[in-house]
Amino acid sequence: MASETSSAAKRARPLSPHLQVYKPQITSVLSISHRATGVALAAGTLLLAAWIVAAAMGPGAHARVAAFAGSWLGQLMLLGWSVALFYHLLNGIRHLFWDSGRGFDLATMEKSGKAVVAGTVVLTALAWLVAKAG
Amino acid sequence: MASLRSPLGRARGLGSAKDGTHHWWAQRVTAVALVPLVLWFVASAIGLAGAPHAAAAKWISQPLNAVLLAALVVAVFHHAQLGLQVVIEDYVHCEAIKVASLLAVKAACWLLAVASLLSIVRIFVSAP
Repeated sequence: MASETSSAAKRARPLSPHLQVYKPQITSVLSISHRATGVALAAGTLLLAAWIVAAAMGPGAHARVAAFAGSWLGQLMLLGWSVALFYHLLNGIRHLFWDSGRGFDLATMEKSGKAVVAGTVVLTALAWLVAKAG
Repeated sequence: MASLRSPLGRARGLGSAKDGTHHWWAQRVTAVALVPLVLWFVASAIGLAGAPHAAAAKWISQPLNAVLLAALVVAVFHHAQLGLQVVIEDYVHCEAIKVASLLAVKAACWLLAVASLLSIVRIFVSAP
């Protein structure tokens, strides 16, 4: 497979148009965002594991994790993480509906997509309001 | 039209990747489990924000929290591994780097899950 690709490249065959020639649409943008937020959340699980392990190690380790989470960098990462989490959660539910064979027509797809974006904003704002007020 | 698949291949139903719908189904099962688990954890984490060690450890040591947190850890790392696997298979075309990345992701997910689970057990059994 690798040798095939390199010999094709040497012959300079024409390539099919790549991503940049397509106009971004809500369907395609939300689709790649689901993947991007999934990868970001996988990285974010490091913080979940760090928090649990630090709690088992004792007050010193827990204080270091808490100090990082409370720093401006930690808070920025938590903000990004919460946006990614709510987006992936809501769009994941959208995916589960598609898996059941529902909601595939374009009008419904745009509506559910906009609902996911609005829901992400609302849930993120709500979570941070409650966290900061409490 | 006559099928080109052998009767045995059709009966197995495993397709060319040899694992049938297992990956797809496991990703959905963990996704469904994660919907309530994540909502529960986010609500709990907001309550624990800024809490000292004693409060966090006490929260984990409650039986219901320990069980749900362990379930969250298993589902989250399984789901992450399945998702990252598809991303790697889609974008990494060099076979050696692809296999190495798949193994590294699998190892990282297993180790983080085991470390988290052991930590939960440790807090749970050492609770007064």
